[in-house]
Amino acid sequence: MTVESYEITRAKPSKSSAKEPSGAKPLRRINPTRIMLYSVLLVAAVYYLLPLYVMMMTSLKGLPEIRLGNIFAPPMEVTFAPWAKAWDTACTGLYCEGLKVGFWNSVRITIPSVIMSITIASVNGYALSNWKFKGSEVFFTILIFGSFIPYQVMLYPLVIVTRELGIFGSLQGVIFIHTIFGMPILTLLFRNYFAALPEELFKAARVDGAGFWGIFLKVLVPMSAPIFVVAVILQVTGIWNDFLFGVIFAGVKNFPMTVQLNNIVNTTQGVKEYNVNMAATLLTGAVPLAVYFFSGRFFVRGVAAGAVKG
Amino acid sequence: MSIAKRPNPLFRNLNAKIAALPMIATTLVVFLGCSIWTVIYSFSKSRALPVNEFVGFAQYERLFRTSRWLISLENIVIYGVLSLLISFVIGFILAALIDQKIRFEDTFRTIYLYPFALSFIVTGIVWQWILNPSLGIQETVRSWGFENFTFDLIANRGTVLYALLIAGIWQGTGFVMVLMLAGIRGVDREIWNAARIDGIPVWKTYLFVIVPMMRGVMVTTLVIVAAGIVKLYDLVVAMTQGGPGIASEVPAKYVYDFMFARANVGQALAASTVMLTTVLIILIPWVYLEYGKKKAQR
Repeated sequence: MTVESYEITRAKPSKSSAKEPSGAKPLRRINPTRIMLYSVLLVAAVYYLLPLYVMMMTSLKGLPEIRLGNIFAPPMEVTFAPWAKAWDTACTGLYCEGLKVGFWNSVRITIPSVIMSITIASVNGYALSNWKFKGSEVFFTILIFGSFIPYQVMLYPLVIVTRELGIFGSLQGVIFIHTIFGMPILTLLFRNYFAALPEELFKAARVDGAGFWGIFLKVLVPMSAPIFVVAVILQVTGIWNDFLFGVIFAGVKNFPMTVQLNNIVNTTQGVKEYNVNMAATLLTGAVPLAVYFFSGRFFVRGVAAGAVKG
Repeated sequence: MSIAKRPNPLFRNLNAKIAALPMIATTLVVFLGCSIWTVIYSFSKSRALPVNEFVGFAQYERLFRTSRWLISLENIVIYGVLSLLISFVIGFILAALIDQKIRFEDTFRTIYLYPFALSFIVTGIVWQWILNPSLGIQETVRSWGFENFTFDLIANRGTVLYALLIAGIWQGTGFVMVLMLAGIRGVDREIWNAARIDGIPVWKTYLFVIVPMMRGVMVTTLVIVAAGIVKLYDLVVAMTQGGPGIASEVPAKYVYDFMFARANVGQALAASTVMLTTVLIILIPWVYLEYGKKKAQR
């Protein structure tokens, strides 16, 4: 039925079709359907915002007020002590030096991992899109399907490999692992981006005598800023949020923020300080949240990239 | 030598091959090598360390006699099916609503997607607090005068999975919504005109015209989300630590615990091989579909 009507409209195009906006039929401004629509959207927005609000409120209350048992109530007396404690003196099992240790560890893990993984993946993507060689597509296919293999399957052999390399339980170890597991999605991202650039560009540079690296560094990289931004956003949030690789490969000294947060909340003995826990949670979420809110559409492009096949 | 005339094909395009070495090494050593190693050693007698004594399916027999593993499997199946269903339904509805030329579209989209930027650890800890039976929502509603209000999902063996589900849905639905929205907007706009001329209601157009046309996006989203669900680990560690008792254990946690905390590598490898098999069962039909389509196009 739809196919027929589709052909009918094609045969006799209505005069308005050229400027017709996409999507559903526009509705009048205020009518019951419209009110329903916004109500549903608002209710959903409340569900999504609620945890952020509760975290905020809890982190600004004192413990006696929390024990009154109303998580939605704003604090009667605002205190920043939980924030200070979470950052500076909260106990993570053995030490009581707060989350700041984890924060700096996460910084030390994230920055080199992001640089390493993006450097390697961008060169990979370039080779795969412009310098195809025999078997390159096979490797790429394995790489993409490899990204679906649960990490647990490769964990133990990777522990052996990193131990043999002498980097198990160190910053280098966890950076190495992040570089490996960032490769599939980033390579896909760069390959698709470079493949979509006009081929004439590449050919002109070759005619001018530029080689493999010359074309990459002087022609492609300068005009690929958007995709590098997408890649950085993807990797910063991804690596900052990692827990599994940090807890296994980084070593106790270098535990990232997520691991420390989990230790603060789930392994402390005695009185549970919910306000400190929530301040710590907000602090841990702050970096990816900031990246998310400031990057806007770039983040969306990053998360959607995985679904757009090349 | 004749190299000048006919270069060895191995050295043709040499720079690209050198540049691709990290990728080649990763695919061969990590994705293929490590996976195969795990499968092979899952048939060994390994305990604290991997050993070269192979015992057939003994590890698997033990695995499937362990109640914790069986509970883990059951949990991930229930969680997986419900999570896929709910996140697809909600994700699609939100995408369709956002597609209605609404005001503040960007604001709504930003709100629905922000949990996806947070880690599972953060997600788990927040929801652990909100669902806390003695100080969370339950207590709050009781303090409003509803003395008998009960909402202690997280404290009950029978319902703890739904607590995980609430948190997981909160974190992941925005991602499904974004992909669905891209899918909806990717549909030819002429379709809408056609449907309108035929007098088909908007909701019917979405359900019976747009959804079937979005098959590609749907399947891809399904594969990505499903492969993510199999890995479910951080959320459980942060929110319930597998409790109460072993009621919310999942396979990925079984692997981790037996590998690192209990020093029983054989069990861990057998369990992770089962996880790999599950993913292959999800993946292979998809690959078959995708490649079948590409061949047909050529």
